[in-house]
Amino acid sequence: MFRFLLKRILSTLPVMLIVAVLVFMMLRLTPGDPAAIIAGDAASPENIAKIRESFGLDRPLVVQFGIWFGNLLTGNLGESYYFKKTVVELIAQRIEPTVALASLTILIAVAVAVPLGVLAAWRMGGWLDRALMGFSVMGFSIPVFVFAYILIYIVSLKLNLLPVQGYKRIGEEGFWEFLRHLILPSITLSVIYIALIARVTRAAVSEVLTEDYIRTARAKGLPEMKVLWRHAFANAAVPIVTVIGIGIALLIGGVVVTESVYGIPGLGRLTVDAVLARDFPTIQGVILLFSFVYVLINLLVDLSYVLLDPRIRY
Amino acid sequence: MKSHQPWRRYLAPAMAALLCAGAVMLPQGAAAQEKVLKVIPHSNLAILDPIWTTQYMARNHGYMIYDTLFGTDEKGQIKPQMVEEWTVSPDNRLWTFKLRKGLEFHDGKPVTGEDVNASLTRWGKRDAMGQKLFTFIDRLDSPAPDTFRIFLREACGIVLESLGKPSSNVPFIMPKRVADTPADKQIEEYIGSGPYVFKRDEFKPGEKAVYTKFAKYVPRKEPPSGTAGGKVVYVDRVEWNLALRDAQGQVNALSKGEVDVLEQPAFESYAALKTDPNVEIVNKNPVGFEYMLRFNFLHPPFNNAKVRQAALAALTQEPFLKAQVGIKEYYRSCASMFGCNTPYGVTKGSDVQVKGSIAKARELLKASGYNNEKIVIMKPTDLAQITKLPDVAAQLLRQAGFNVDLQAMDWNTVVSRRAKKDAPANGGWNIFATSWVVPDIWNPLSNAAVGTAGEKSWFGWPTDEQLEKLRDQFAREIDPAKKKVITEAIHARAFEVGTHAPLGEFINPAAVRKGVITGLVTGPGDFYWNIKKK
Repeated sequence: MFRFLLKRILSTLPVMLIVAVLVFMMLRLTPGDPAAIIAGDAASPENIAKIRESFGLDRPLVVQFGIWFGNLLTGNLGESYYFKKTVVELIAQRIEPTVALASLTILIAVAVAVPLGVLAAWRMGGWLDRALMGFSVMGFSIPVFVFAYILIYIVSLKLNLLPVQGYKRIGEEGFWEFLRHLILPSITLSVIYIALIARVTRAAVSEVLTEDYIRTARAKGLPEMKVLWRHAFANAAVPIVTVIGIGIALLIGGVVVTESVYGIPGLGRLTVDAVLARDFPTIQGVILLFSFVYVLINLLVDLSYVLLDPRIRY
Repeated sequence: MKSHQPWRRYLAPAMAALLCAGAVMLPQGAAAQEKVLKVIPHSNLAILDPIWTTQYMARNHGYMIYDTLFGTDEKGQIKPQMVEEWTVSPDNRLWTFKLRKGLEFHDGKPVTGEDVNASLTRWGKRDAMGQKLFTFIDRLDSPAPDTFRIFLREACGIVLESLGKPSSNVPFIMPKRVADTPADKQIEEYIGSGPYVFKRDEFKPGEKAVYTKFAKYVPRKEPPSGTAGGKVVYVDRVEWNLALRDAQGQVNALSKGEVDVLEQPAFESYAALKTDPNVEIVNKNPVGFEYMLRFNFLHPPFNNAKVRQAALAALTQEPFLKAQVGIKEYYRSCASMFGCNTPYGVTKGSDVQVKGSIAKARELLKASGYNNEKIVIMKPTDLAQITKLPDVAAQLLRQAGFNVDLQAMDWNTVVSRRAKKDAPANGGWNIFATSWVVPDIWNPLSNAAVGTAGEKSWFGWPTDEQLEKLRDQFAREIDPAKKKVITEAIHARAFEVGTHAPLGEFINPAAVRKGVITGLVTGPGDFYWNIKKK
């Protein structure tokens, strides 16, 4: 296990290096000048040139990369051209809303999707199964922002139950305000993940339900719920955990629409703002962070197989 | 029998603990007595130095925390603000200003002449009108703490207009130690003497900006008008919501009372806002904005004045305004490059556009020798306020016989590309569209588009010696009546040269909570003094 872990950690390094080089080059090659946008509409060419110089953008690409990469090795992601804060500070400020939103979304998605998927597999062909399949098609088809507007209209504007927008940090106005502001965005975002996880759960469990050991468990007289959860679900867990892991990874980068509609100042919005402003240090820092998170989640998913399936050993 | 789910026995106590913790962490209501004004500004606030950048959000941030020597009222007149009184020598070369009593920075230090001089010097290095003013200035000094003097090499007619300039870059007054920051670097401290204090510890870029009332601010006694008059603050705190950028989300938030002011709603939102009983539409900027289309003088075909005239004839204003704004009462055609109902709102020479038509344009284009060169028009897809203008321009110019290549890109690419002098086929451009708040373009010096100093001019780089001479005359002329005559000559020449195509004016009224918010100040920007919240 230790060797497996070491190997995986070491293999992260070339991945991160490739990501660093690729993102750096792609940004420099796309059209757009951060100095021009920062200077404003009435700025003179001289002012723009001075701003570009202050950012070091007039230096050769190799020099720019060397400076940035050298700083990166010491944990310095640079300073945002746009916000005049270090990238680390910006990420630290924005990570909480995204993690909170993503966590609650996955919690809701797993809590709803897994039982539904198991039940659908148990009663395959029945009304629950058909309803779930219909719902999952809807979940995949309706764009997130459409669902968001519908929820806001009904729950916030008409029923006046929850706020329309915003994010409240726990330390600012307490846990309940924090939760109130996250409920609608999380439900909105969870729909597609409920659809995805439920379908995979249904497929995995339905396959396991045809196994001999399930027939044996039933023949032994075990309660049906125990057969479902202790035997069927436990053995179907590997693909389910895999898709949950993929979902978490996708969530981190996929929250931007939800953050935009609900006005949540998370990493998704930071990325979009940074891209539109050509804020190279911020874009580079955020993408490196996302890459690291993807790699970490993949590792955690792989490690979870050991817990779920005693036959798997590294 | 032993439970195989031992965690169940801990579930109830855990839930109880969670609820208790939640109850303990409920807001205590300490801030309940504070009057907090919640605003959704028109854009994100990122740059906090309003001298370093011309972005309007930085300007608005500046008006919150800084004050100005002079202001511009809603009629466009220059009025004293920080200045108590001033004298001018008989030869108009020595201007002596005395500051009002009681002016103090947020750190408790008094505002002095030295602070003023340092602030003006820094501003004069960045702002176009300031740069022009400083070509006349010999030196500045401060013979007494509450006095500063401007010594001119020769008399000029733009001293007060420059010092009272309402829009970017505004000559905000900062402490000397801050204003001594080199003009090519951003300031690091945000201390002013304005009606609000910037809460830097609560500023979260892309999330919120917070300002609190400056208790020691001494407002003028006159009623507020534009950037002039008394800046009395009736709320304790102003919060700018920088996170909510979705237009529908903004409307929903205002409707539900989660925010108090929506600075500049999207045009598509007005239909819903007008029917909402909780919302009131307030036109606080009747002078409004002006659209324009800019030509690139460096490359064919717009290096040919006759081709530019043909284009002007095709680019009549109504189609642009109808497509982009859509709400009849929110736009108007305006034949002046310097805005309508403004101090210099003349229209001489504008017939080529005002009386233009597609037929006329075709005729002019044929006579110009146009060789079917392709015209690259840049279309920003992510700037709702101007995104439709290039489509209309492309259509009208095609109808007139131009060969048009409409290229879609994001605004940042437009901004980067318009700074390039390359040929359009090599990453350059022929036309781009933009908008200005009218005070930015309402006189021949502040209007960057009528500058014709070639490579030193604003993007497009027109060259015309005659126009530059007229602008210089304008700067030197002291008599207001003669300045108006010079302005007419400038206007006529600008149309003759075809510096750009003005595309009409529009307003973008604010939306506020009805019955809750009153007192929005009328003027050429977004100001948050004088506002009362019930």
